Formats: sequence, C-alpha cells, structure tokens
Amino acid sequence: MSTEILMPALSPTMTEGNLSKWLIKKGDTVKAGDLIAEIETDKATMEVEAVDEGVVLDLLFKEGEANIPVNKAIAIIGDPNEKVEVKKEAPEEKVIEENKIEKTTEKKVEIKKNDKIDKQSAKLEEDKNLSSEEITMRQALRDTMAEEMRKDKKVFLLGEEVAEYQGAYKVTQGLLEEFGKKRVLDTPISEHGFTGLAVGAAFKGLRPILEFMTFNFSMQAIDQIINSAAKTLYMSGGQINCPIVFRGPNGAAAQVAAQHSQDFSSWYSQVPGLKVIAPSTPYNAKGLLRSAILDPNPVIFLENEILYGLKGPVNNDVNFSIPIGKANIEKEGKDLTIVTYSIMLQKSKEAALKLKDEYNLDVEIIDLQTLRPLDTEKVINSVKKTNRLITVEESWPFGSVGSEIANIVQRDAFDYLDSPILKVNSADVPMPYSSSLEKLYLPQVDDIINAAKKVSYIN
Amino acid sequence: MKKLQKKDYIKMYSYMLKIRRFEERAAQLYGMGKIGGFCHLYIGQEAVVVGILMTIDKNDSVVTTYRDHGHMIARGLDPKRIMAELTGREDGYSAGKGGSMHMFSKQNNFYGGHGIVGAQVPIGTGIAFTHKYNGEKNICRTYIGDGAMNNGQVFEAFNLAALWKLPVLYIIENNKYGMGTSVDRAAAGLDLYKRGEAFGIPGEKVDGMNVFSVIEAADKAGKYVREGNGPYIIEVQTYRYRGHSMSDPAKYRTKEELDNYKETDPIEIVKSEILKKKIASNDEIEKINKDTVEEIKNAAEFATNSPFPKENELYTDVYL
Repeated sequence: MSTEILMPALSPTMTEGNLSKWLIKKGDTVKAGDLIAEIETDKATMEVEAVDEGVVLDLLFKEGEANIPVNKAIAIIGDPNEKVEVKKEAPEEKVIEENKIEKTTEKKVEIKKNDKIDKQSAKLEEDKNLSSEEITMRQALRDTMAEEMRKDKKVFLLGEEVAEYQGAYKVTQGLLEEFGKKRVLDTPISEHGFTGLAVGAAFKGLRPILEFMTFNFSMQAIDQIINSAAKTLYMSGGQINCPIVFRGPNGAAAQVAAQHSQDFSSWYSQVPGLKVIAPSTPYNAKGLLRSAILDPNPVIFLENEILYGLKGPVNNDVNFSIPIGKANIEKEGKDLTIVTYSIMLQKSKEAALKLKDEYNLDVEIIDLQTLRPLDTEKVINSVKKTNRLITVEESWPFGSVGSEIANIVQRDAFDYLDSPILKVNSADVPMPYSSSLEKLYLPQVDDIINAAKKVSYIN
Repeated sequence: MKKLQKKDYIKMYSYMLKIRRFEERAAQLYGMGKIGGFCHLYIGQEAVVVGILMTIDKNDSVVTTYRDHGHMIARGLDPKRIMAELTGREDGYSAGKGGSMHMFSKQNNFYGGHGIVGAQVPIGTGIAFTHKYNGEKNICRTYIGDGAMNNGQVFEAFNLAALWKLPVLYIIENNKYGMGTSVDRAAAGLDLYKRGEAFGIPGEKVDGMNVFSVIEAADKAGKYVREGNGPYIIEVQTYRYRGHSMSDPAKYRTKEELDNYKETDPIEIVKSEILKKKIASNDEIEKINKDTVEEIKNAAEFATNSPFPKENELYTDVYL
C-alpha cells in the first residue's frame, strides 16, 4: 500500500509552491510528524511534516523546482516490498473546491497573457517602456514603495508585520533591510492608535504609507481616517493637509469568511477629502501607487489579495505614474459597456471573450482604476457609443460604486440608453465560509454574461 | 523650578484674564445668536494652559480637545480671528469652516481643536513621532479631558509612545465632569495620572487652580520628555465654572461645589501674588483689566462685522 504526498495548500490563496529543500531522501523511513520538505509559498517558506508512515519510495520533484500546483504528488511513501504503480498526476476528484476557485484565477492570468483582448488595452499597449520581464502585483507595489522611499526621506512605512516578518502577504519584502527600522515600523495590533499616530505625523509633514493587514481592520480606525485625515484640510480652512496612503488588501480572499472578506470601495468612496484607488494589474498598481504616495491628500489604496500573484509587464521608469481620477478603456467595443475595477476586471474580460464567441457581442470594458474622483466622462462617452451599460464589482449591492455610476449615467446620458442599467454585485449577505457558498456569493463570469444578455435583449 | 521674572507674572495675569474675558464675551454672543453650534468655555481652567505656556518653546507643538479657545489665546493667537471663527466668518482661523471645536494654526504649531473625544491623543503622539523622526529637540503637548481617559485609543497611543519613546507630554485636564457624568461615575480608579503605569509612563497629579503648581510640574515633566526619556503624564485638577457647553445648565452639581472652587479662583491667586510681591500696583492691574476688556470688545466687534464666507468657499479646501 503506497501513499502519495501532495503539494499542500499552506495558505488560503496558495495555488502553487516551490520545493526549496528535501529533508528526506529515497529509502528513508518516515513516520507521522517527521519533517520532509521545505516549501516556499506565496507568503513564506514553511516546513512540511509527514502525515503517514512508510519508506520513501520516490521523490517526484527535485530541489529548487518551482510552481508545483497544490495537490500534485511530490513524493511516494509505502512498503518497499510491495510493487506499486507510481501515478504522476494527482487524481482530479481530489482537487478541493477551494482550488477550483484558485484555478479560475490562474485561468484569468493566462487570458491576460495570451489573449487578443490585451492588444487593445490602451495605455499598457501604447507604453514604449514596458519591461520585457513580467512581475507580480506584489513586487510592483513593493518596488514602487522602495523607489519613493529612496527619493524622499519623509516617506516611511508602518503597519502590522511589515518589517521583520516581511509583510503578512510579502508585499513589504526587503524594505526593512534597505531602509532600517526608523522608516519601516512594525506596529502592535492597534489600528486605532497607529492610524491616529500616522495621521498626526502626516499633519506635521511626514508622508506615511500605512499598511492595513487587510482593510477589514481599517474599521477599527475609521474615525481617524474620516474624521481626522479626510476632514482636517477643510476644517482648518486649508492650513493642514494630510499626505498619507492607507493601503492593503480589500475584499474577499479565499474562504476567510464574513469578518475578513469585506469590500470597502463604496464606504471610502463616499467621503469627500479622500481619494480612492483600486488597481487591477501590476502595471497600473505601479503607476497608481506612485501617484498616491506623491499626492498631498489622504489616499485609500485598495489592493486585492488574490491579485498579488498576478503577473504582467510594468513600466520600470522610477517616475512613471498614472494620474489619479483617470479610468482606462481596457478593451474597446461597440455593443455594450462594462464598467468595473479591481479583481472584477479579470472576470469581465473573461465574460467579454465568451460574449464575443457565443453571442457576437462586442463589449467595451472600462477599468475605473480610481473610484474617487470618478472618471465620469469616459463612462458617459462609452455609453453614448454603446447605449448599454452593466457595472461589475465585488462589493455589496446597496449604495455601491455601481449605484453611483447608474445614477450619473441616467442623469447625463438618459437619451442614449437602450435598456436599463444592470449592476452585478456580490450577494447582499455576509460572506459565508463554505467554498460552495462563497462561490455563489461572489459575482461570477456567468452572472456577467447573463446581465450582458439581458441588457442586449438576448434570451 | 523655572525662575519667574516680573514680566512673567504680568504675562500670566494678562493671558488668564484675556481668556476669561474672551469666554464671557463668547457666551454673550452665543446668547445673541451670533455664535452657533457647540461652544465649550474654558472659564475656571485658565491656570492650566497658561501654566503650561510658561514652559513652552515656540517650536513645540500643541494639540488639544474641543475646549480650545483658551488654548489658542495662550498660544498667542489673535482673539479677533478666534472670535471670527466662532461667528463663522471669513476672517476666522479656519475661514469659518471649522467653528469653535475645530481651529488650527499650523504657523504657530497649534494642531487643533479636535471634536472627537480622544482622537487628538494618537494625533499628538504622531506629531511627537515626527519631532523625533526629524531629529528635532521639540516635544508635543497633548491635552486630554478626563472624559477621554476611558477611551481605548488613548491607551493605544500611550503604548505606542512608550514603546517608541516619543517626546510627548500628556496633560489631563481633569475638570471633574465628562459632560454631565462626574469622573467617579465614569472611571474605575480615580487617579488618572496612574493610567500610564502599565506602560512605564511616569505621572503626577497637580493643583490646576494654582498656576505656580502647574508651572513647576510642567517644567519638570517637559525636561524629562525633552531629554528623550519618552512620554510623561500630568493630571491637572481643575474646574469649569460653566456647563459642559452653552446648552448645559449643569444641574448635576451643587452651587456650593461651584462656589467652593471660585474661592480659589486661578486669576485671583496670580493677582494677589503680584500685589504681594509688589510687581505691579493696583492701578497698573486696573489698566490691564481695562485694556483687556477693550481688546475683547474689539474682537467681538471685528468678529460680528467680518463677512460671511463667500459661496464658492463651500467647495474649496476639500483637496489640496
């Protein structure tokens, strides 16, 4: 009887791992609890223990091999006297639901790399300084922070686990080493306090970058963000500005349930005095984060944990920036407009492909990039051309960014609309834990396709 | 203790009197409908801010609560423009957009004027962080009402200040009531100055009706903080003669209690000291009194004649 040891999922969003080191060799006898390998994940390098007992019959990957999918067999253990047939592939039915969701993400990444849609994405395609190498969103964010910290000593970073731990999601990797503990500060789990402290530092002239481990925890500090950071310039008659960036992952990750899966895009977008940005690719993450750090106002920078591993080309010019308040026409089309942002850009692109193939609909996709101030002009102009609009976002439906867009479009382009505007949002409930319910909660490609068919009067 | 010179006595008396007269006039304008919203008077507490003022460096920073008119006057700001802010006019320190609770003067390192109880404490701690980050020798004086001492973010700020040894002096103005709730009905453990003990922050209690006691404590504490030892807490025992705000009849306390405090009126204490030490004559005191009344009267006139903000000001100062 032999047993396969599978590449384990060591974090909610891990889709693949690198085999840093084997701690066993062929012929060794292992028992449950023995350390067998070091695996590098999207967050850290971790040791893996054996769960079953037996003799190591085969190691299926060499040390240093990278990008091994979760649930792929990496070793075989069993009774050496028994003849076994080594299966190299993990059986499909063993793939748990969580990883199906992850796979969807991977698929999206592939679409991003190969598809013809990308050839039409305005700015990125026009950019003559694109890197030949593709980097992750995580690295794009890190590089931009480092570049700005090199330029301006007033820029510093604080948050939970940003320094010695290298970032709970590895976004701040290496920054402590380069800039030292004066400028990269680990805080206690004390959001209200350290947010107020950072706001005070910004009032006094520093330029803090404050990482929320996730934006869910910003609710602990929301009084300081809104009552202090956003309003003081106004309340002081223009004397005291607050140049600060609040950044971190926003929205759902994978199966972290109600308290850790909330989307705050419309919460913060409602507040005058704040600017709100939601990047969707490494390219725009880089350009927009630089604009956020250089901006003299408080900026909410909503990242997405699932996108941290998304790879793409970037512009490596240390002065490259994308202006705040400008949307990007990700794909031009004539039949229907999809307005979206953040992670839903990927799903919208996937839906657009299918809509073209199956219904011959030519979809225009607008990636908002900035949620406040909104680039209403691009949206209105697009609707004037296509006459149909759906909004796609991860947030709850009530009073969402899509609601505001629907309001603006019916006000400014009423006569151009050939059908009601439809919104695609998450379900109007707290996020459930179970992977099956989580999938139902989140907007899926089919939801977008159905909305597109409806506004196009296709049955 | 800091050696006080003759001019210091006169300065203290003038400032305390100016605050008192200013607040009385503000109350009058409020009654006339010239000042709206919330308006929290500082009458009775003058010795606190003026005592601290005597030990301050002009490059030190200050941040305080919504009971801030007296703090601005003590910072040397113009009573005309403070009053114009109370009347919501364009000459006000916040151009009429802040009001009584939200006034600032960046030029004078005065960082408000904060309307949310407790919120100024992490902010003051962050300003102190900046002094240290920039390698400056200055400190941030962060005022806290007794009511805020039961607010969670205050303790988060204490922890951060002690952890990072920040140059912040916390001054608790204990005026016995958080709105209408007396301290003993709100705080478990009445020695508020001991609330930094768990973080290793030293603290002491001082009589806030007597400006000389305040100076002595503030001088010592200021030196401790400026020398890089981290934060320090002074709890100043004081009393507000008026209600929490203009709309508060203060029925929760007795007339005897109020009268009792008035017997140790902080301004009278300074005045008798001046006369006793023959720093100034009765006539000279009388001249200060008259000049102060005149100055505040002018401030009120200025504030009621200053134009209301222009309509387009509604949309300015939202973003820089």
